[in-house]
Amino acid sequence: MKKLTKVVPLSISFLAVCLWLQSCTKPSQTAAQSEQSQGKLVLTGSSTVAPLAAEIGKRFESEHPGVRVDVQTGGSSRGITDARQGVANVGMVSRALKDEEKDLQAFSIARDGVGIIVHKDNPVQLLSDKQVVDIYTGKINNWKQVKGKDLPITVVNKAEGRSTLELFTNYFKLKNSDIKAQVVIGDNEQGIKTVAGNPNAIGYVSIGTAEHNAAQEVPIKLLPIAGVAANTENVQNSTFPLSRPLNLVTKTQPKGLEKQFIDFARSPQVQDIVKEQNFVPLSK
Amino acid sequence: MAGAIALLIVVFLILEALPALQHIGLFRFFTDSSWNPTEGLYNLTPMLWGTLLAMAGSVLIATPLGIMSAVFCHYYAPPVVAQLYRRLIELLAGIPSVVYGFWGLVVLVPLITRIQAPGTSLLAGIAILTIMILPTIALTADASLAKVSSDYLRGAAALGLSRWATVWGVVFPAAKSGLFTGLILETGRAIGETMAILMVCGNVVQTPKSLFEPMRTLTANIALEMAYATGDHRSALFVSGLVLMAIIVMLVAAAEVISKGRIYD
Repeated sequence: MKKLTKVVPLSISFLAVCLWLQSCTKPSQTAAQSEQSQGKLVLTGSSTVAPLAAEIGKRFESEHPGVRVDVQTGGSSRGITDARQGVANVGMVSRALKDEEKDLQAFSIARDGVGIIVHKDNPVQLLSDKQVVDIYTGKINNWKQVKGKDLPITVVNKAEGRSTLELFTNYFKLKNSDIKAQVVIGDNEQGIKTVAGNPNAIGYVSIGTAEHNAAQEVPIKLLPIAGVAANTENVQNSTFPLSRPLNLVTKTQPKGLEKQFIDFARSPQVQDIVKEQNFVPLSK
Repeated sequence: MAGAIALLIVVFLILEALPALQHIGLFRFFTDSSWNPTEGLYNLTPMLWGTLLAMAGSVLIATPLGIMSAVFCHYYAPPVVAQLYRRLIELLAGIPSVVYGFWGLVVLVPLITRIQAPGTSLLAGIAILTIMILPTIALTADASLAKVSSDYLRGAAALGLSRWATVWGVVFPAAKSGLFTGLILETGRAIGETMAILMVCGNVVQTPKSLFEPMRTLTANIALEMAYATGDHRSALFVSGLVLMAIIVMLVAAAEVISKGRIYD
């Protein structure tokens, strides 16, 4: 009983401290909005766009002293929610807006393609869309069924909620519950390491990341989709079917600092950053 | 103080998990057909099995190995070798888990792939976990053997017992409380390990039917999906956290019950 009387006030005071700390964050969020004129931009959302936005932000800061660009990740869905609720000035979304999100304004700053990768030693050069679907649903489970060696296929899939997965399943009209995977991975690099370490694996990752790694002599290769070669040119001119725009979204038509930043991010001045990040600049 | 923090974390977990528990209900986390949160299916049982199997496998292998290594250090090895050996184990304990995971991914998994594809499997998980928890049990066992009173050892020597008979019949019973604590500690670490397991287990949500099948643990589930989860999905991940907490609580309670009867007398 003695113990309890000590613990209860302690835990109550702890709760109080926590609530107080939490209340601290609220004014700072509203402050972010009111400070807008004094030069602070908050961007939240897709972890695919975030590194790009952060680099663009650094250059923007160096050209506009007194402006601060704060980039936070949390996924495309957070980008949408935060932009809608005004928690962030600009949301980052690594896909085209869905129909129910059309109340927001979207501005593409680059494109990203998702390519199917296999091990370099795999003799298979081409897979039809139907074959990819059959492999991912487990109807084809040996490479010899698609003119490869007599080896079992290791299907590499992405974890639930990733936008790469969403893009992939949308294009191939699959449901994630229909996919029979042997390996589930988180980010692109993990996918590339998994495929590079397993000659029987098939996976899908960002084309920019895959091209970068293939150039570093990582033993992987990109397969064409629907007869279109998976490379950055075809992503740029939108002929590659499995590609997505990287968007900045705002709640209303952007003005002031927001507009300046978005215009800057879409301008040719940042194309070198886009390429450095393994993305594809917009074709002009 | 520590108690208050633990209490706060549990309260926080429950608060965050509450929306999912209200919308979905506790039972559906065990009766749904699969884990596909974006399609509204939330079955946690395969991952619960994954966690328990990986834990059981690694604890079963690491415990005898760790205790034997401590015995070797104390009663068989020459002092120089024992000292060096101890330093090596301490080094093993200090390696970050992501390094273990990376090593597993580029060395262990390709090796297992040669036996049976896809390589990322329950077996790889058990192997990595065993290496990771081995130093925990080896070091705690080492410390508890050191605490065995030298009177016992001299007594055993006077009785003319062989070295092994001394270890088995005198040292183990005298040190069992320390050994048991080590067991609990390593089990806790095995349940909680995330990063290494995430990299070598394949993370497919299914109850593994053989050592070579991929599986996902509850911890890996949270780490994999938390960054991209929203709404009920996010909340469901907190339910996984709550289930993990429940396992740990059961472990501690079991330890309490067992130790009351036999150990601290």
